[in-house]
Amino acid sequence: MTSEMRQLEPRTWVRSALQFIAGYRMVGVLLLLCAYYSFATLEEQHQEGEAAGKSLARQIASVAKPPVAVLVVARSTDLDARFADSLEAELRSRGFTVAGKVLGEPRDARMAMKELDQRGVKAAAIATTADCAAWRVFDDLPAKFPSFGAAQILYPKPYRWPSFLKPANLLNVVNQIVVFAVIAIGMTMVIITGGIDLSVGSLVAMCAVFTATFIRDRAGAQSAGTGALIVCALAGIAVCTLVGLFSGLMVTVMRLPPFIATLGVMLIASGGAYRQANDGSIYQVPDIVTWLGWGIGSLGIPRAVWLMIVLYLIAHLVMSRTTFGRYVYAVGGNTEAARLSGVPVKRILLLVYAISGASAGLGGIVLGSQLKSGAPTFGLMYELYVIAAVVVGGASLNGGEGTMFGTLIGALVIAVIQNGMNLTGVDPDTQKIVLGFVILGAVSLDMFKRRRN
Amino acid sequence: MVAAGNVPLLEMDGIDKSFPGVRALVDARLTLHAGEVVALLGENGAGKSTLIKVLSGAHRPDAGRIRIDGQEVTIRSPQHAQRLGISVIYQELNLVPTLTVRENLFLGREKSRGGFFSKRDERRRARELFQRLQVDIDPEAVCRSLPVAKQQMVEIAKALAQEARIIVMDEPTAALTDREVESLFAVIRDLKSHGIGIIYVSHRLAEVFQICDRAVVMRDGKHVATERVADLNRQRLIELMVGRKLDAEFPKRITNVGAQRLVARGLSRGRAVRDVSLTVRRGEIVALTGLVGSGRTEVARMLFGADRPDAGQLSVDGRQLRLRSPRDAIRGGVCMLSEDRKTQGLVLALSVRENFGLPNLPHLSVAGFVRRKLERLRLGHYIRSLGIRVANTEQSVRNLSGGNQQKVVLAKWLEANSQVLLIDEPTRGIDVAAKYGIYCLMNDLAAAGIAILMISSELPEVLGMSDRILVMHEGRIAGEITDVASATQEQVLALAMR
Repeated sequence: MTSEMRQLEPRTWVRSALQFIAGYRMVGVLLLLCAYYSFATLEEQHQEGEAAGKSLARQIASVAKPPVAVLVVARSTDLDARFADSLEAELRSRGFTVAGKVLGEPRDARMAMKELDQRGVKAAAIATTADCAAWRVFDDLPAKFPSFGAAQILYPKPYRWPSFLKPANLLNVVNQIVVFAVIAIGMTMVIITGGIDLSVGSLVAMCAVFTATFIRDRAGAQSAGTGALIVCALAGIAVCTLVGLFSGLMVTVMRLPPFIATLGVMLIASGGAYRQANDGSIYQVPDIVTWLGWGIGSLGIPRAVWLMIVLYLIAHLVMSRTTFGRYVYAVGGNTEAARLSGVPVKRILLLVYAISGASAGLGGIVLGSQLKSGAPTFGLMYELYVIAAVVVGGASLNGGEGTMFGTLIGALVIAVIQNGMNLTGVDPDTQKIVLGFVILGAVSLDMFKRRRN
Repeated sequence: MVAAGNVPLLEMDGIDKSFPGVRALVDARLTLHAGEVVALLGENGAGKSTLIKVLSGAHRPDAGRIRIDGQEVTIRSPQHAQRLGISVIYQELNLVPTLTVRENLFLGREKSRGGFFSKRDERRRARELFQRLQVDIDPEAVCRSLPVAKQQMVEIAKALAQEARIIVMDEPTAALTDREVESLFAVIRDLKSHGIGIIYVSHRLAEVFQICDRAVVMRDGKHVATERVADLNRQRLIELMVGRKLDAEFPKRITNVGAQRLVARGLSRGRAVRDVSLTVRRGEIVALTGLVGSGRTEVARMLFGADRPDAGQLSVDGRQLRLRSPRDAIRGGVCMLSEDRKTQGLVLALSVRENFGLPNLPHLSVAGFVRRKLERLRLGHYIRSLGIRVANTEQSVRNLSGGNQQKVVLAKWLEANSQVLLIDEPTRGIDVAAKYGIYCLMNDLAAAGIAILMISSELPEVLGMSDRILVMHEGRIAGEITDVASATQEQVLALAMR
């Protein structure tokens, strides 16, 4: 009996692995894309900031012995200042003498060298950035400043590394998709029920505009407090949830095809956003609103990305572990069989459209936070990109199939393609064309595989 | 009719076909002469459908020869098969429901001049075809509006319009009433006399003896026997299909009927159901029969809350039930095994476990989270007690056989603690060996006190399985037979047809 039971119950990790493989195709595509863009953007990189300072100090230690004197030269930018500071500190701790630290233009460097030369300070090296090392002022040093006759010009060694794979760029990729990905959570649910929600782009604008006007008119505009901001954001999301619920009512009670119902709601919501905003943008919000859109959270990951990760974990749990999730798949797989099995079909559809409205609203909050404003022009055509992400992620427009993980991968695939094309200098018009073909290709591939199974 | 010594119209020989993981056909054979009806028999999964799909050009065989009039052919596509004179009439007819009969007849082969076709010409040809078949169908009727039997005639007419010489009929009588079956047979005899060869696929053995000349029996993708029907009897045919001796078609049962369980009073809905009252007691199996369209299924759907009645009341164990949705019925202990498992009973995209849990999540979940271990444990219990053959609980129900799918639906309802089982055509599409298993299960359930209302058009099944028979005619209960043991098929039919 027990051995039989064990056979009937594959371990949960086996199931998880199987689910992963089911989403594998697009993971493979994603990895291939990353590999391609890593290769295509492989180029000389210059270290910057603190890291550059430390590595240059090591480099100096390998060619010169303390306590020789080193002159530090950099531009007066923030990044260069950090470079110079860390370099100076590192050199001192290694026992070198820092003859001087110049933050400025070639003229400043010349004056510093002149002064040191007059004082007869012998410098063994000039430590600078790759950028400044090319300054003409460093040419012909023995002739111009005899005490620098033996000085080496040292700067952090460049290294070859793909621009695509730089941490800053990778974060940029993820940051770009946060808004799409958040909206795609609701869209995935709607598409799994066999429906579609065209109103999400308008709802992004609607939520941003409503929240911004709430802040401007009721929470004290630029002087709004944190609590009031949160209340305004929640109110904006609530408005979008109600609009989503209205779409759901059109689909369930009036039995309109989801395409038509949400097409109508898309126009209504967009018009509503324009009216609320009086055709303009609303900027009267405090600086703190960028806390979500631009703030960096723990582990150096932007807060918006954290929000996305947490939402996806929750959505995944809901879809795979809860009664609601099972019902959503059942309604999409076979509405009649679901109804005859006692699934509250209408309630599920209402909830799903409401969730889609809410996630579009949340997307609007993130976008508004990134752009520090609310405007009715936000979210234009977003519905199409979001639908593309969901479908590339393996959901079927016929319903019953799709996963949250897949959608996230789909969104990443689209973001990586866009980012890669930006890095390799493809113009925006061509980008659109390429993206269109990529969507067709990805879905065709999926259909082909499915037909063969 | 069989012209001995002549070259056969169709010869299929040594046909092999494998799908990933399955050898669907192994040395399959079939010979068809002009003017002959050959029955293609076998349990579900025996390979009949695959063989037909090979013939229709839908599948390419891995090996084997197909000869038409003695000439070897390679059937490249369904279009090519049509050009070779092969026409397949599938169970789920292939007509475009929104087009007219005439448009369907000539679809894809419109004779046109410069892109325009002559309606008048097509209409005349359609009339000729129907005249030949001796059926009365308006060529301008929209197909959707025709009853299934007439749609089938349109399919046959379409085959004739394509000058088909080999016609395959897949379960042609599944949705027909007895009278309609008779007129179909008349048409088949007429086709025979015109030298057309027919391959007849059916689960209804009685029909095989009525209309077929020879029988080809398949099992596990292999050819088992080809025999003249005159040399066979029902028992022998079943043995050939099942591969072992079968003692009885229906299990013996001991009935222990208790108190009234399901009581329905005055159910009405439109013209389909008029003032139907019925009761089913604990441990009783009541058969509800009648011609197709007499309102049997509609009654069951109302009892289950799937359709709302215009009037009527329902109570289970004395408690009044609202009839607003299946949810209400399930909560009240009523469940339905629908005739069409694939579209109504199961969500094919979900796994066995997920389907099983669907109506049971309220008690298999905590705070909205599904208790998957418990769910698997409960399912495991039914897998053993009902003998469901599955590889594992996470398998997709799509790949299960008809009998196992039926058992999954049953398991789901038993877990929902159902007291009343409405079963619509319990064994439709289920092969002979599995049928017996389903009958045994029904008996066990009745013995456990469950009240069963069985809807069936198979009269042997009605007579063999029930304690009481209710016969419907045009939306009303036309009669009741309480002494089932001495009842005859004629008696039931007399009530059903008036």
